[in-house]
Amino acid sequence: MKAPVISSWFSRGTVAAPPDIESAALRSDRFRLAREADWKRLEAILVRMEKGGLRRIADEDLIALPALYRTAASSLSVARETSLDAATLAYLEALVQRAWFQVYGPRQGFERWLRGFLLGGWSRAVRALWLDICVALFVMVAGTIVGWLLVADDEAWYYRLYPAGGGDPRVPGATREQLLETLGHDERAFGLAGFAAQLFSNNSGVCILAFALGFAFGIPSLMLLVHNLALLGALLWLFNGQGLVVELAAWLSVHGTTELFGILLSGAAGLHIGRAMAFPGPASVLESAAAAGRRSAVVMVGVVIMMIVAALLEAFPRQLVEDTTGRFVIGGTMLVFWLSYFILYRPAPQDAG
Amino acid sequence: MNARKTSPASGTRDGKRARILLTPEGLSLPITLAPRGARAGALIIDVMIIGGALLAVFLGMLWMVTGMLDGTSFDPDQLSKGAAEFLGILLTLFVFCTWYGYFLVQELGPRGATLGKRIVGIRIAARGAARLTPEGVIARNLLRDIEIFYPLVALLVLSQMAQSGEDIGILGWVMTGWFLLFALFPFFNRDALRAGDIIAGTWVVERPKARLAAVLSAQGAAANAGSSEVTGVRYEFGDAELSVYGEKELQTLERMLRDARPEALAAVHATICRKIGWDPGAGDERAFLEAFYAQLRAKLEGDMRFGKRKADKFS
Repeated sequence: MKAPVISSWFSRGTVAAPPDIESAALRSDRFRLAREADWKRLEAILVRMEKGGLRRIADEDLIALPALYRTAASSLSVARETSLDAATLAYLEALVQRAWFQVYGPRQGFERWLRGFLLGGWSRAVRALWLDICVALFVMVAGTIVGWLLVADDEAWYYRLYPAGGGDPRVPGATREQLLETLGHDERAFGLAGFAAQLFSNNSGVCILAFALGFAFGIPSLMLLVHNLALLGALLWLFNGQGLVVELAAWLSVHGTTELFGILLSGAAGLHIGRAMAFPGPASVLESAAAAGRRSAVVMVGVVIMMIVAALLEAFPRQLVEDTTGRFVIGGTMLVFWLSYFILYRPAPQDAG
Repeated sequence: MNARKTSPASGTRDGKRARILLTPEGLSLPITLAPRGARAGALIIDVMIIGGALLAVFLGMLWMVTGMLDGTSFDPDQLSKGAAEFLGILLTLFVFCTWYGYFLVQELGPRGATLGKRIVGIRIAARGAARLTPEGVIARNLLRDIEIFYPLVALLVLSQMAQSGEDIGILGWVMTGWFLLFALFPFFNRDALRAGDIIAGTWVVERPKARLAAVLSAQGAAANAGSSEVTGVRYEFGDAELSVYGEKELQTLERMLRDARPEALAAVHATICRKIGWDPGAGDERAFLEAFYAQLRAKLEGDMRFGKRKADKFS
């Protein structure tokens, strides 16, 4: 007549109270009955943690969690040596595994991770990829030159690079005025925000592709860079023919310093993975790929942020600011900002938790 | 020391999918890799959820645009450009955030699983005994695009082009090959890793679940030193009778006692009686088996403490 019945209505998932320890005939079952309450408490905490959020868990439970986990773990190793109760062993194995996922799971919430990422994690990851960035930069410059030379050699290449641009005045043979007009500001200023959202979605898709293709030893990533920059080279050649290359550079630089930088980083991230898989060094291929993948994933989150910035720049200032110097100033400022953020900003790494 | 790789209670565990996880405390935990079919099923469920959500939002927006058109008496020129544009932006960002956020946020959560994975009972975990990191989750989800969706979308576009009479050359075969390469990737490595798992250092495992079963030696004849509650007979087995069986048989008997189907128990009762040379009676099978179980387990566990183990009846 001790356990009040009412309490069982309020506690979730109650089971029948375990029998007295003395009632068990076997030593191993007495061992289990003596520790069962701790296991049950651990299980209840785990269920609440899995259901979501640490907020719903009392402080004392959270403090007790590591101790309860170790109790269950040691119970398991004792039970393995002394008990033949298969059901208890299976329960303990599952319990310890679930607790392990929580105790050694991702400790930071998304918010804390994001803060660590912005305050140093991102620039650290970028610096770790310096060699790949150099290679990708070289490939991009080479791609631009190749694009220029191809088109200069044979104008048919221009149409191959820009297939069927119906209505686009940017074709070989266009007049200076026509080309200049494409660099002018857009009359329809109201469409810009939607334009920005489209650009962002499209560009980040390309960047994620460049990164993911790194899985094939990085070669497709580089090909994607060459292709994209060959387009730029062809465009430069076209505008150079009418002596408009400075104006084009200004027009491009507004968002291009950010966007091309982002493409550079995603290509480098892809290349980093490819390189780690092709030349794993002393680690195994799997370990090496996993380490490289985690490093470049950080860079990729940054690339998505850069694409947001680039799309906003492309949609608003580029269309609204018309004078060449102003455009160069915006583009140059962004470039200086990114470079100093990645190279000069070096806070001491915080405890990753 | 921990030679036991799979516990007999979970006899369904496929030996090829069983792995051992070594915790930092030095404890080895058995884990089971998720079957490939379950993972495919989880992905299909997830895609259906995302698709359904996107469709619902799209229809909702369409409804709003229709409402706006209504307000302008069906003259598109009078349509508020700002409002339409705002809806367009909302849709674009919503698609982007849903597509990447759905997997990221859920897999970073305490369950390490998307809704689809939860439904089929699997979760992601870091390979080996490492911690699951946000970077790993991001990496594995970014790669899913080129593994499945990019080639599928490309194939869709190509088939449209082919239908409208354009020559697509070998591009269709290239894309099919690409798709198959990644879709079949998990079949060509031992741990059923897909490309994203390799990059992220993760794998997908079954979510453990087990309820704590009742204490067998605290109920029935096992608790009363072998006395039956029905007949009052006291079952007592000698050393020779108990040394017929080993741990494997003990745990089979445990499963039978827990699941408790009288006909099955009667059959087991008859078998054991034949084996130890007793005359099988009828009507009191459960008490007999409970007593036999308790005494066999007491003997085997007693031997265990002295380092003597008897795996099954043949050893």
